[in-house]
Amino acid sequence: MSTIPGTPLLEIKNLEVGFQTADGIVPAVRGISFDVFPGETVAIVGESGSGKSTTAHAIINLLPGTGRVTGGQVLFEGRDLTTLKTAEIESVRGRLIGLVPQDPMQSLNPVWNIGFQVEEAIRANGVATDRREVKKRAIQVLKEAGLQDADRRLRQYPHQFSGGMRQRVLIGIGLSADPKLLIADEPTSALDVTVQRRILDHLETLTSQKNTAVIFITHDLGLAAERAENIVVMHRGKIVESGPAIQILKDPKHPYTQRLVAAAPSLASKRIQSAARGEKLVPVVEGEDAVVDLTRAAERVHATTEDASHSAIEFRDATKVFKIRTGSFRSTDFTAVDKISFSVPRGSTMALVGESGSGKSTAAKMMLGLEKLTSGTILVEGEDVAKMNRAELFALRRRMQPVFQDPYGSLDPLHNIGNTIAEPLIIHKVGDSEARKRRVLEVLEQVSLPPELATRYPNELSGGQRQRVAIARAIALKPDILVLDEAVSALDVLVQAQVLNLLADLQAELGLTYLFITHDLAVVRVIADHVCVMEKGRIVEASTVDEVFDNPREEYTRELLDAIPGAKIDLAH
Amino acid sequence: MSSKNPVRTAPHFVAEVDDSLGAVDAVKVSEKKSNLWLDAWRDLRKRPMFWISSVMIVFIIIVAIFPGLFTAEPPNSSCYLSVDPDRAENPLASSNGAPVAGHPLGFTKQGCDIFSRIVHGTATSLSVGLIASAIVAFMGVVMGGLAGFFGGWIDSLLMRLGDIFFAIPYILAAVVVMSVFSAYRSVPIIALAIGAFAWPSTARILRSEVLRIKQSDFVMASTALGVSKLKTLARHVLPNSIAPVIVVTTISLAASITAEATLSFLGVGLPSSIMSWGNDISAAQTDLRTNPSTLIYPSIALSVTVLAFIMLGESLREALDPRARALR
Repeated sequence: MSTIPGTPLLEIKNLEVGFQTADGIVPAVRGISFDVFPGETVAIVGESGSGKSTTAHAIINLLPGTGRVTGGQVLFEGRDLTTLKTAEIESVRGRLIGLVPQDPMQSLNPVWNIGFQVEEAIRANGVATDRREVKKRAIQVLKEAGLQDADRRLRQYPHQFSGGMRQRVLIGIGLSADPKLLIADEPTSALDVTVQRRILDHLETLTSQKNTAVIFITHDLGLAAERAENIVVMHRGKIVESGPAIQILKDPKHPYTQRLVAAAPSLASKRIQSAARGEKLVPVVEGEDAVVDLTRAAERVHATTEDASHSAIEFRDATKVFKIRTGSFRSTDFTAVDKISFSVPRGSTMALVGESGSGKSTAAKMMLGLEKLTSGTILVEGEDVAKMNRAELFALRRRMQPVFQDPYGSLDPLHNIGNTIAEPLIIHKVGDSEARKRRVLEVLEQVSLPPELATRYPNELSGGQRQRVAIARAIALKPDILVLDEAVSALDVLVQAQVLNLLADLQAELGLTYLFITHDLAVVRVIADHVCVMEKGRIVEASTVDEVFDNPREEYTRELLDAIPGAKIDLAH
Repeated sequence: MSSKNPVRTAPHFVAEVDDSLGAVDAVKVSEKKSNLWLDAWRDLRKRPMFWISSVMIVFIIIVAIFPGLFTAEPPNSSCYLSVDPDRAENPLASSNGAPVAGHPLGFTKQGCDIFSRIVHGTATSLSVGLIASAIVAFMGVVMGGLAGFFGGWIDSLLMRLGDIFFAIPYILAAVVVMSVFSAYRSVPIIALAIGAFAWPSTARILRSEVLRIKQSDFVMASTALGVSKLKTLARHVLPNSIAPVIVVTTISLAASITAEATLSFLGVGLPSSIMSWGNDISAAQTDLRTNPSTLIYPSIALSVTVLAFIMLGESLREALDPRARALR
């Protein structure tokens, strides 16, 4: 190794990066400094817009068109990378510094086979030039990345690979030239937690074998602490706190870091207690009455038939089979939801948890009447959704409202906030226009948004604010049930905590029943009373949240729980 | 990280607390309201190309509606075509004549005032363009909107119908239609002949936009609210997908004006009794070498009009296309 142990591999000194816009240069990174030593892993943690990815791209000169380094140095083995010419930086990229990009679904070219893309990287980095050598090395790279029968895999195309396998290929490409530093930019954010865990474990093994230093970029503080010795916390282009991971997590000094640690659901262990939450509804861990209450509720999950009048929502063997076209006229059946049964007591939160493809969203859509049931029944307030005629379904919609995942897609960009919230009132002919106006202002206040927003359009709002507007629209009709389909999954952690708190407050205030669909078990812990763990369309485990977290019965649930990033970090001293 | 052997214990750095740490997700209500159309308008206002083309189009429209403001000469006053037997003047005396006072662009072979004919022909060309592009936009929105929104067999049926029309070049189709209905040649008929074969491309553009917008959560949310399908299409889907259609329509307006000229030039367009630039260009072909101004001036009028609409379409496209805006 050329670097002398004890000197940093990478030194970033007062780095400033700006983006050229019509109004001048907008700074994205404002004077940051940190070191990376050979063989160590440094995590850069921050919310979207904090400049963490921009920092990573600035290191290897991959800033998008309008971005440029406006000050400071990036010293790699003593050489300033910001002053290198194109040809020189190309010899650094790949060979000395590898990159694992963010989105495995878009980072491989779909028209070339995997072998071509791995071989391209090997040739570009000058690892091998001879055809046979290159191929041999490509197979070796894929084997190291953890793909079985690599020589057959080389001839396959990206669409034949799952997200996790693609990310393995990208990690393989990133490490193909044995770089000294690997930059991993949110490498597993798009993947399911169990896959994420396996991939990061593998990455860790590879890099420690080769003594590769890693800069790991993530928005998840728990994940960062689990995977890196040292953490750099960024906020608005500046470093607010940096140092050893465990120390920062246990004893955050900066108020921003304190907020982040407090808001991280993976580190929290209790359900949010709303100040407004009434005596009856408190599902506290401690307190005997509440525990009894919960146990009774849990029994209801299984004893479905007798108690139907008490539950707001009840699924009985609900099944959805999709026909998937395989040829011109042939199709095969795909069972997305397979005979699921559960019931949700009024005023409580039921979480449906599962990885992508587990059928959780389809279940929600069937209940909302957006997908038809193939067999089974879904009762909402004791009425069968599938048997309803148009008028009955219309009346039901008034009592049952959805909030969807994507904050940027959930509001019509051409309708102002006031009209968006008033739409359900107009459709269901509630009140006159004066009464509607009053109701709009009322719900805006309930979701803590200023009344001036009523005349504004969604594109002025942040993701979290849009999601609050979507919640306001959902509660405008004073429904009994909210279906929250990944409603907080796309939000930054602080905003996510804020919206979760809002949901808990609203539930206590309005006595709402929530069906909470999510892939994130950590969030379940802070919001839900009961949970159904779904796998491949079936419910594998159903119980109270505490029961599932403290005493998981199924192997799959245990695997999911283990995969929660940061779950194993003991914050108690 | 058990397998790694850290070479150091990093110092614990804490930045000074400044006031940049506001409330979580604080709402900033900006000075100006903003949505797609307001933003597009603000963007358009700054574009010289938009203002130049708008002024040109307004001018062309005024010429079309009030030709008398621009020329005192009635269109066929001195022509052989409509010679008044009582007039002493022989119109053919000024056949292919050079410009004289009161007749700034000279005369045609028939002794007609070229300038006057151009001014009076504006209304024809413009109305063919407007009617044809209105037909194209209407058919495109109805067919594309229904096909995209409802999908399934409706989509297949409408789009295959579109493909049939799309497969025939619309000039060729218009030539055939106009030859068959030669007895009924008039402005609405020629506009219909052009419009009836030009809508499939507009329908395709709208269909793809509708397919994209249809996936949005706000459309699903409105369905879950109980909004009927057609209302969802009208309130949420169409307004969000119409922008590219507006752009294409301005460009198809220019194309329709050209198409009318082409058809008239080929002799299957408007009858020569109706004044149009296409007819003038067609009539000029015999005198191209002796009196090129009979060809050049109507052609300039045609090009300038088409250019104005294409410029308008182009600036609309740049203002409405978020990708084009992001590049600046």
